[in-house]
Amino acid sequence: MTSKPAKISVQGVTKTFALGRDTFTALDDVSIDIADNEFVTVVGPSGCGKSTLMNILAGLETPTAGRALVDGAPVSGPGPERGVIFQQYALFPWLTVRQNVEFGLRTTGVPKGERRSRAEHFIELVGLERFADALPKTLSGGMRQRCAIARAYAVDPSILLMDEPFGALDALTRVKLQEQLLRTWSQDKRTVLFITHDVDEAVFLANRVIVMAARPGRVYDVIEVDPAIERNEEFRLSSEFAALRNRVWHSVYHQEGRTAAPSAAHASTS
Amino acid sequence: MSVLDKRGARPRHPVPAKTSGEPAGSGSPDDGRTAPERGRSSGRSGLPLLLNAASVALGIGIWWALAAAGFKLPTPPEVVERAGTLIADGTLADDALASLTRVLIGFGLGTAVAVPIGFLMGWYGIARGLIEPWIQFFRTIPPLAIIPLAVVAMGIDETPKIFVIFLAAFLACVISTFQGVVDVDRTMINAARVLGAKDATIFARVVVPASTPFILVGMRVGLGSAWATLVAAELIAAQEGLGYRMQNAQLYYDLPTIFVGLISIGILGLLMDRVLLLAERKLTGWQERR
Repeated sequence: MTSKPAKISVQGVTKTFALGRDTFTALDDVSIDIADNEFVTVVGPSGCGKSTLMNILAGLETPTAGRALVDGAPVSGPGPERGVIFQQYALFPWLTVRQNVEFGLRTTGVPKGERRSRAEHFIELVGLERFADALPKTLSGGMRQRCAIARAYAVDPSILLMDEPFGALDALTRVKLQEQLLRTWSQDKRTVLFITHDVDEAVFLANRVIVMAARPGRVYDVIEVDPAIERNEEFRLSSEFAALRNRVWHSVYHQEGRTAAPSAAHASTS
Repeated sequence: MSVLDKRGARPRHPVPAKTSGEPAGSGSPDDGRTAPERGRSSGRSGLPLLLNAASVALGIGIWWALAAAGFKLPTPPEVVERAGTLIADGTLADDALASLTRVLIGFGLGTAVAVPIGFLMGWYGIARGLIEPWIQFFRTIPPLAIIPLAVVAMGIDETPKIFVIFLAAFLACVISTFQGVVDVDRTMINAARVLGAKDATIFARVVVPASTPFILVGMRVGLGSAWATLVAAELIAAQEGLGYRMQNAQLYYDLPTIFVGLISIGILGLLMDRVLLLAERKLTGWQERR
């Protein structure tokens, strides 16, 4: 993949926030290249700046130093070529599933007929066709996130930025959604940057796992996962997966002598 | 801020969810929700309604008993009879119409001005900085305290009455609208932005619907304030109106008429509140109620 031009290129990005009298360095000289249609997961302890990194790529925040490029052009605000999926779903509660999915199509001026059919297609892709006219309040967390995924897909972004999208879901739902996400992704490939704090999730989904360290937020380790492996239950239970998982786990929780104790309740300990 | 206690102003019994799109029992594989929210609210129509009726009947009974025991109260039949005469000669209808007109004009103007100003304050920091001190200051003054000033500045015709009602409704509604805009979830705005929405679209399609519940609560509170200000406003040289009628009856020790006035104000206020409640349910049925 190194020969291909980078789809996303983060070059020496530093982001500091004023924190009272101090400055807090959320990202310190972070550089990452992501190839077209690559599925990259970012995992790290809290405070490692992984969400800040995503916000910068989404165009919701600007770096203090360095630059973020998408298709070779610097990011200067949100754009429809970058779809974002938030942990809190961020569905519009007054709109039905269908209207939510059509939201981005309306803002980008897609004519009504096409809007309909495209929304229909992506609602089907995430398996919500029976709930197309339901309001978000009647949906479970997993269904809401599927709706958010359909909404992001509908505007046809070449990049999906996902910020702990399954973080609020129970373990079982999470596994199901991971598999469904990969199914959706393999049918309709995009470049994905997937932020998570779950080591299993990071390993299962990724072509490449980027491990970040905190204070200051930086890239700590990069672990490649063979894209040829079929992501299924067999893989999840394989020794290969366990080995990768151990490596990532070690990287996340035993960073340079200082142990970020895995007491963090959110770490998957299955 | 008690004005913004949305839950207090919410209907106690949520509208039963539409059945068409309900996932309940659909066997959705990832339905992680623990328990359906329905069921808790069922049976509202039966027993509670009965309890309401019993309570009202009991209240009237106590009133009657007190009147019979020699307290200075008219008995219910006296009040009903007086209501009959006031209805028959058209006085009640004229008074109610006069009062309603004042309240509706004042409330309508108050809301119409409050909503855009509330939006301005919530959306633009500059507008907020300029307007907020005035709102906060006037909020501490009971609208009734403005009456002397209003009379001197505006004379004794309809204008000062409507102005005071306007002020009451405006202040209640503007704060609530402002709070609604400020409270719009940032992620929701970000979500709209990453879906390609520009400021105008975000405003119209995210901020406005997201703050509608707040606005409606503000309107209900505003209507309450407007109605509460009415009687006092009608002390300003009014020729008709429920407040005027009661004030007039006071001179003649005419308790039944005062009661008819009080009850009419109560009933009309309740009716208007129900209308707004209905609108609220229709417009904000998408909300999750806890």
